[in-house]
Amino acid sequence: MSDLLFAESEWSFACLDRTYKAIEEIALGDLKLEVYPNQIEVISSEQMLDAYSSMAMPLMYNHWSFGKMFAREETMYRAGYSALAYEVVINSSPCISYLLEENTMTMQALVMAHAAFGHNHFFRNNYLFRQWTNAEGILDYLAFAKKYVAACEEKYGRDEVEAVLDSAHALMDQGVFRYRRPPRPSKERVIEKMRARAQYEEESYNELWRTLPAGIEPPHAAPIVDAEDDFSGDMKLPEENLLYFLEKHSPSLKAWQRETLRIVRNLAQYFYPQKQTKVMNEGCASFVHHAIMNILYDRGWISEGSLLEFLHSHTSVVFQPEFDDRRYYGINPYALGFGMMSDIKRICEDPTAEDRDWFPQFAGNGDWVGTLKDAWANYRDESFIEQFLSPKLMRDFRLFSLFDKADDSAYRVSAIHNELGYRKVRQLLARQYDVSLNEPNIQVKSADLKGNRRLILEHKMHRGVPLNGKTKEQVLAHVEHLWGHDVGLSETEAD
Amino acid sequence: MTHFIDRRLNPKGKSLGNRQRFLRRARTQIREAVQKSLKDSSVADLEKDRKVRISTKGTREPRFRLDPKAGGEHDFVLPGNKEFTPGDEIKKPPSGDGGGAGKQASDFAEGEDDFEFTMTQDEVLDIFFEDLELPNLVRTTLKETPNKTWKRAGITTSGSPTQINLIRTMRNAQGRRLALHRPKLKDIASLEAELHALENAPEVDRERVVALKEEIARLHAKRKWVGFIDPVDVRFNAFAEHPVPTSQAVMFCLMDVSGSMGEREKDLAKRFYMLLHLFLKRRYERVDIVFIRHTHDAQEVDEQEFFYSRQSGGTIVSTALDKMLEIQKARYATADWNIYAAQASDGYTQSGDARRCVEMLNDDIMPLCQYYAYIEILDEREMEVFASDESGAELWRAYRTVAETWPNFATKRISKPADIFPVFRELFRKAEAA
Repeated sequence: MSDLLFAESEWSFACLDRTYKAIEEIALGDLKLEVYPNQIEVISSEQMLDAYSSMAMPLMYNHWSFGKMFAREETMYRAGYSALAYEVVINSSPCISYLLEENTMTMQALVMAHAAFGHNHFFRNNYLFRQWTNAEGILDYLAFAKKYVAACEEKYGRDEVEAVLDSAHALMDQGVFRYRRPPRPSKERVIEKMRARAQYEEESYNELWRTLPAGIEPPHAAPIVDAEDDFSGDMKLPEENLLYFLEKHSPSLKAWQRETLRIVRNLAQYFYPQKQTKVMNEGCASFVHHAIMNILYDRGWISEGSLLEFLHSHTSVVFQPEFDDRRYYGINPYALGFGMMSDIKRICEDPTAEDRDWFPQFAGNGDWVGTLKDAWANYRDESFIEQFLSPKLMRDFRLFSLFDKADDSAYRVSAIHNELGYRKVRQLLARQYDVSLNEPNIQVKSADLKGNRRLILEHKMHRGVPLNGKTKEQVLAHVEHLWGHDVGLSETEAD
Repeated sequence: MTHFIDRRLNPKGKSLGNRQRFLRRARTQIREAVQKSLKDSSVADLEKDRKVRISTKGTREPRFRLDPKAGGEHDFVLPGNKEFTPGDEIKKPPSGDGGGAGKQASDFAEGEDDFEFTMTQDEVLDIFFEDLELPNLVRTTLKETPNKTWKRAGITTSGSPTQINLIRTMRNAQGRRLALHRPKLKDIASLEAELHALENAPEVDRERVVALKEEIARLHAKRKWVGFIDPVDVRFNAFAEHPVPTSQAVMFCLMDVSGSMGEREKDLAKRFYMLLHLFLKRRYERVDIVFIRHTHDAQEVDEQEFFYSRQSGGTIVSTALDKMLEIQKARYATADWNIYAAQASDGYTQSGDARRCVEMLNDDIMPLCQYYAYIEILDEREMEVFASDESGAELWRAYRTVAETWPNFATKRISKPADIFPVFRELFRKAEAA
C-alpha cells in the first residue's frame, strides 16, 4: 500500500482535500509559513478569463475596458496563442485562489502550494501589503464599488459614468500615495462636522412631524454635504496623487464623480504594493511550491510521474530567455525571484568564500527558512535585489548593463558580471525595479483657483527622459475633463 | 478549515455587461469592420462567428509613459551576456522596437493599433441590421418580448400547495399504507370490542386483557407513525414555461425559371432570398418560406428544385401571383401571418401579362402584404443601359406604377453580388420619417 495522495491525473474534491492537508502540513510545519485562511475555488476557463480581465478581482464594477481585455484574451486563448494562467490569487482574507478545472491533479497541487501558501504568506507578511492594503476589507469594498458604480449608471447614465471612469483609469498610475498616507480629517474637523449636522437637523425640523402617529418616522434629513467632498481652497501643493487632488479640489466635479474617483484611487493604491513586489511575490510563491512539491515527493506522497510533470511546468515558468532570444520579453520575475531565493537558501546552507564575503550577515547560518521569511516580510523588489543578489546569480544569469542616451546611435555596455561590475549591475538592476523611478513623476504644481482656474502639472524628468508625446496629450485631455478647465504640463529636469 | 468551492456551475456570462459596454464603445470601428468583412464573404457565411479586426481608436486607454527614445539617458540590465565587455558598443536597431534590447521601457500598451477579437453571429447580425427596420410593421407587436405560457410538465415532489396533484398524492399514500400495514380503525375497534367483552365477562382472563391492551396501544402508535398522508406522498403538478410565437411571417419567394434565367441570375436571386430570410428570422419567431417557380405556369416546389432544376417554357408572371394567392388563402390567414413576398425575374414576360400582374397586385396582393420586393436581375451591360429608373422592360415599367401607389412595394435592379447588400439595405431602410 503506497502513501500516494493521488495516482491518477484526474482530480476530485476528496483528492484535493487530502492533498491540501498534506501541503498545509508541510507549509506550516516545515516552512513555517503564516497564512490567511484559504478559500479555494474551482472555476472554468471562461471564468478564469473573466477573472483576469477584471484586474484579477472576483467582483468588479463594469467598464468597457474589461470587456475589451476579455475579448482580446479570449481570442488569443481560443486561437492557442496564449495559455491561461494556472492560477489567480486574491490578496484578501480569506485568501481566495482559483483552480482551473482543466488542470491535472499534479497541477492543482502545484497551484495550491503556489497560490494558497506562497502568495498567501507573502500577502500576509510583507510590510507593504500590511501597511497599505486591507485584506479583510477589500471584498466588501469591491462590492460597494460595484454597487455604487451601477447605481450611478442608473441615475446619471452610462455615458456620464464611463467618461469619469475613463479619465480616472488614465490617471491610475498617478493615483497613489507613494510616501505618505492620505490626510485623515482631524478630530476638530470631525466634531465640527457633527455639529454642523446637528444644526442642520435642528433647522430643518418641522413641528408638524410631532403630530405623526407613533411608529411613523419623519422623513430623514437630507444628507448634509460632506465638507470633505466639497471644493475647498486650501490645497497642499505640490501633490503627487493626481486622482486625490482632483477628487478634493476639482471645481467641476459632482459628489458622485468624486466618489468614483475615490474608488479608482483606492484600487490603484491597493494594487500599488503588487507593482513593487513582482519579483519577490512570484519568487516567494515559486520557491514555496518548489519546496513543497519536492518534500511531497521525498515523503513518497506523490509519484515520480507527477514530480516530472511538476518539474516540466516549473522549469517553463522560471525559464529566462536571453536578451537576443526571440522569446525575450524583459526579465522574468518568476525566474529572478526563484533564482534569488534558491540562492539565499544555498548561501545559508553551503556558502562559498565569496558568499561569506558578500553576505556576512547570513552566509552559513543554516537557517534559510528564517532568512527567507525575514526577506519576504521586510523588503520590496528594489531593496531585495540591492541586498540579496549574489555574484553567483549574476554570473548564472550573465547579467550586463547598458547605458543608453537617446541621441546616441549605440548602447554602451557599462558593466558586466565580473568583479568590477557586480556592484554596478546589482545597483542598476535594483533601480530598474524602483517603481518611483520607472513611472513618470508627475505632480500638481499650481492651480489658479481665483483666476482662470488653470491647472499646472509638472513632470520632473529623471535623467532627462520625457513623456511619450502621443499618450501625454491623450491623458491630459482626461485631466482636463476632470478638472473642467485648462490644464498645462511642463517637463522640467529634476534637480 | 479550508473551503473548496465549486464555481463552475455559476451562471455564465458574468462579463457580458463588460462586453456589451465594449461593443457599444467601439461601435463605429466595429461597424466598419463588420461591413467590410461581410462584403468580402459570401452570404451563406452570415450564420457564423467571425473574427473582426478593429483599430483601437475609440478604445484607447492612454497612460502617461516615459519615452526614453525621445530624449534623456537611462540604464538597463539584460540577461544572457555572451561576448560583451565593458565599453563595448551595440548598435541600436533602426527604429520601432525590433530586437530584444531597449524595449524594456516601452513594451506596454503602445503600438497596439489594431485589435482582433471574435464576434458571435448574433453580434455581427445585430450590427448589420442595426439601422434596418422592416417597413409597415406594427412595432409594438415586435418589441414585445415573446409571450410565455405555462404548460404541464409532469409531476414533481415540491411545489406550492395550490398545485397538489390529489390523485397522485392519494395513490402514493395508499400504496405506502398498504406496504407498511397501517392498522385499520376497524381492526382496532374489533379488538376494543373484544376487550370490552372480556372485561365485562364474569371471569376475567387477565393475560388476554393485558395482551389486548398492549396490542391496541401498539396499533395506535403504529397508526401515528404510518400516517394517513405523509410528506413523501405529496406530488405536485409541474409547469414549465413555453414561449408562444407572438409573431410569425411567411415569405413567398417567386422566381422566373424559364430559359432566360441562367445560373448567374438564379444565384443572385438566391442570395437575395437568403438575406431576406435571415432578416425575417431575426424579427419573427417563426418564418415559413414558400417557393413558387414559374414559367408559363406556376408550381410550389421545395428549395432544392426551386434553385436547381431546369424547366423550359414561356414566361407568364401572373401565374405565379395566382399561385401565391391560392396558397395564401389556403394556409396563411392574414390574421395570423405577416406576409412578405420577394420576386426575382429577368424582366421578361409575355406581352400583355404585365398589365394583368399590375391589376392583381393592386387589387388582391398588396392589401395583404407587409412588403413586396421585386428585384430585376440584369447583366452588367444592361445595367448601364437601364441606368435610369424610367427606362426598362415591360414588367419593370408596369411595376413602377404599382410602386407609386403602394409605399410598401419596392423595385430594384441588381447585376452582381456586390449589389445585393446595398439593395438590401435600401429596401429595408428604417423609415426615417416614421
